[in-house]
Amino acid sequence: MSAHSSTWDRRSILRAAAGLAAAGALGACGGNNGRGGGSGSGKRLVQYFHAYGEPGTEQAIKRYAKAYSKADVTTQWITGSNFESKLFASLLTDQAPDLFEFHPQIQLVRSGQVADLTDLIAPVKDDFNRADIQSHTVDGKIYGVRMIDDPQFFFYRKSMLQKAGIEPPRTLDELVEAAAKLTTSKVKGLFLGNDLHAVINPLIWSAGADTLNEKNEIAYHTDAVIAGLRTMRKLFTSGHLLLDAPADFWDPSALSQGLCAIQFSGMWAMPQFQQALGDDLGIMPFPKVGDAGRPSVYNGGWSVFVNAKGKNVDAAKEYVKWLWLDRKEYQEDWATSYGFHIPPRTSIAQATGKLKSGLPAEGVRLFNEYGHFDNIGWTQAMITATEDLFADCVRKGGDPEAALDRCDKTVNAELKKLFG
Amino acid sequence: MPTTTTRPVPARAAGPRPRRRLRGSRTLNFWLFTGPFLLGLAVFVYVPIGWSLYLSFFEARFTVTPSEFVGLGNYREILADSGFMGSLGTFTVFAAFIVPTTWAISLGLALLVNRLRFMRAFYRSVFFLPTACSYVAASLIWKMSLFNGVRFGLANTVLGLFGVDNTAWLASPDPPWYWLVIITARLWLQSGFYMILFLAALQNIPQELYEAAAIDGARPGWQTFRHITLPQLRATSTAVILLLLVAAYQAFDEFFNLLSKTTWGRPPLVELYYTALGQDQNYGKGSAGAVVLTVLICVVTLFQGRIMGFGRGEESK
Repeated sequence: MSAHSSTWDRRSILRAAAGLAAAGALGACGGNNGRGGGSGSGKRLVQYFHAYGEPGTEQAIKRYAKAYSKADVTTQWITGSNFESKLFASLLTDQAPDLFEFHPQIQLVRSGQVADLTDLIAPVKDDFNRADIQSHTVDGKIYGVRMIDDPQFFFYRKSMLQKAGIEPPRTLDELVEAAAKLTTSKVKGLFLGNDLHAVINPLIWSAGADTLNEKNEIAYHTDAVIAGLRTMRKLFTSGHLLLDAPADFWDPSALSQGLCAIQFSGMWAMPQFQQALGDDLGIMPFPKVGDAGRPSVYNGGWSVFVNAKGKNVDAAKEYVKWLWLDRKEYQEDWATSYGFHIPPRTSIAQATGKLKSGLPAEGVRLFNEYGHFDNIGWTQAMITATEDLFADCVRKGGDPEAALDRCDKTVNAELKKLFG
Repeated sequence: MPTTTTRPVPARAAGPRPRRRLRGSRTLNFWLFTGPFLLGLAVFVYVPIGWSLYLSFFEARFTVTPSEFVGLGNYREILADSGFMGSLGTFTVFAAFIVPTTWAISLGLALLVNRLRFMRAFYRSVFFLPTACSYVAASLIWKMSLFNGVRFGLANTVLGLFGVDNTAWLASPDPPWYWLVIITARLWLQSGFYMILFLAALQNIPQELYEAAAIDGARPGWQTFRHITLPQLRATSTAVILLLLVAAYQAFDEFFNLLSKTTWGRPPLVELYYTALGQDQNYGKGSAGAVVLTVLICVVTLFQGRIMGFGRGEESK
């Protein structure tokens, strides 16, 4: 038979296929590291970004990167709700990003993870919001460049409040009452996010307390905070709070789909809220807790850091300087073309028309009047401790004092590690 | 039966071709076939286990190549950790529920499918299909469409027909509705697979046994099931229970995805994930927990083997 004389019999084909498969598998081991192949003379940089919800953001970040000529910058767009753990885990490996976005946290400085960017920023330092410089400074050195400031506050449907005959609440107790009055069979009064963690710091600040004091000691363990936690528990069990919504607080859909009347969210979502609700939209800060309190707004945001343990520290610094210090048109595009963010640089903030009038201007006012910026000494371990605090005594109904004591223990251990 | 098939040798082939030697060497063939698998097993299973054991004796924060030997310090710490010990409790509750439920449901499904006279292959496939779905995907469906807390979630829509208020299935631990979500997701995902095992075992029971029983006057139905089917399924049942127990120990995906940022409802692997990969990145303590867990699984498995006779020869049944 002719088949037998052919060199391509069944066995040799199988053998060849197996060999190819093995080679392919081995090749995959070395190749897919996100840095692209080849070994050209240009530097290759990897940057990590958490997945922004606003349409166009990923394309924008990649567009900026592409416009940079001195290095080939690859973007890893990290989806999911645990960006920090993915980031921290990858920083331990040699697949670590060369630059990444995060919040200022001192343990990254202490462990030598983030590079000193003082010299880079020095020429334009005065153009930055002073609080944004301060929140990135340790012992006189600046460790990150703020890209955007994101004040977080309540959005509400004016029409629904009007129908229920209530004014925007000015105290936490009024907020609880409002939630009750606004709740109908179809609509819940209030949405604070599915795990309530977005309002932890606002609650602390609105109760006249703080996360840490100036000497980096615990400042959140006060009677007003305890009272606030009890009120939150009351609210949580009242049935007037929207829980287990398909999208969390950072997404505008709870309010814009009519699931609730008041939603905690951030400046970034304002364009989407406006698009969905038009003029039927108001904003307000987290109301004061107790008599001594004062309304508060968390001025969150994102900053870019350079991985000091990476292989391309200088190239990464150069890219940060190019994009986040020199190219103002990109910085403005990033801050205002997708979601709304407040540009940390005064010159850009003043030149930006979009934030000058109407609701965005109101957001800027809340940012300036009630805003609390990040404290670099308040680290991820402490943030998690307060999240556990909320889980234990607001969602689970444990005793706030005991939960606070447990939280203190974790925070103090962390403080001791960081500050001695 | 010859292990190598001899092909009709073409007339032109004179003398043995060099490749024949390769096919002839049994040792080489053995390594050729098992080598890639063994290599994978060593690299991805045994080395990590060994490394974990090594790490568990070191102070290993933010590093997997530690230098500070702490002896049994990590073990003391993990055994005193209320979170970890609590997670063992969570696991026990979970296993106590999921193992018998899955066992019963998959056996029930197998019996039903086995009795079908037509469309058996169809139903077999339908029940088996969820096995192909990933736990993460199922968790997201359960969380975002079946059991979300808003009025258009499936569960709330159905309950709404009876005038029941919207329930937050996952956010609040009191009452612990989250167990309902977790258990139903897992039942849906794994029952079909164990049904197939039972089905195979059912079809292996000799028909003569039933005939003999019928002649002896056993009534079909419960009596036959109790005295013939169930004892005949003993080996499979034991294996299924063992597999279910191990699967329960390994539970991670649905807990991790369904319960975000809680201090409750954490089985051991989730707890260890937060210990080793949380903000502390305490690989030493995490590894110690993993070793404790491994030892525990081994002990339980051996204990179960003693009771139920798993792995003993056929004659001892």
